[in-house]
Amino acid sequence: MAETKTVVGVPVSSPWGGGGSPFAINSKKFGMWLFIVSDTLTFSALLLAYSYSRLANPNWPRPFEIYPAIAKSTSMTLILLASSLTMVLGVSAAHRNDRAKTVRWLLLTALGGVAFTVLHLTEWFKLFGEGYTPWSTPQGVPLFGATFFGITGLHMTHVSIGVIYLIIMSIGYGKGKFTSDDVEVSGLYWHFVDLVWMFVFPMIYLMSVSLTG
Amino acid sequence: MSAHGSSSEVHAVGSTRLFVMVWVWLAVITFIELFLAYERLRPDLMLTLLVILSLVKSALIVSYFMHLKYEKIGLALLLIPAAIFCICMIIIFFMPDGARLLQMRLTP
Repeated sequence: MAETKTVVGVPVSSPWGGGGSPFAINSKKFGMWLFIVSDTLTFSALLLAYSYSRLANPNWPRPFEIYPAIAKSTSMTLILLASSLTMVLGVSAAHRNDRAKTVRWLLLTALGGVAFTVLHLTEWFKLFGEGYTPWSTPQGVPLFGATFFGITGLHMTHVSIGVIYLIIMSIGYGKGKFTSDDVEVSGLYWHFVDLVWMFVFPMIYLMSVSLTG
Repeated sequence: MSAHGSSSEVHAVGSTRLFVMVWVWLAVITFIELFLAYERLRPDLMLTLLVILSLVKSALIVSYFMHLKYEKIGLALLLIPAAIFCICMIIIFFMPDGARLLQMRLTP
């Protein structure tokens, strides 16, 4: 191993010599990946706790009718997927150094996040009106309210933080304060938020589709 | 190496067409899931199918949108087994007791 190699611009004499980047990515991106893995475990634990409570309760509520609740959550899923697509196009535009297009794609992505949150909140308020709150349900199963609002609330918090992150990123990148690598890191976060919903939507909404409606 | 040097190889992978195709597949799988809900399958069968479809969706998102397919293989080998191991540990802690509770209420 005498030959000198360069890993992300840093010359290293040996793979064990230090000063290299073993995954050939910058440290911000690596940090975001580590955060994503730990956040995956947070949501896994919550979804498994939800499943456990559900197994343990004989009269678990199934409040979601195909129309409007499931139709609405499906359209929320498609909005989030579409915002992931605009995000990925924003990242490609950033790598082509097309600043104007990147800013436009990022703002469109943030708009998708806002649309998702607004739809989700109308869904929440409808459930509040039907007597579902974080501490009670009409069926007398408070665990449903606690887990449902806990999980979807934490996800909504992630979406809201993502929207703020993307707006800051679009302003900063437009001004030339951030690089295309920073845009890519914000993209990782946004796709992760989308990924979590790909489990929340089937496990909470589709598994609890009303048997009558 | 210039500031944009590290991203020069990114151009080569992931065209707009590829991303749109991945998105179309994700939407198609979402509609398959919706169809399953419409059919009101048995909960155990439904859960199995939904988890499999969701894992396919997440694999698509992680590989193409999150670009993991095009990173060094070491990154995926570091992150994914660690996450799977920890999730299995949570399942081992929760689920035997969950199955016992289910059994108790099915056989009064």
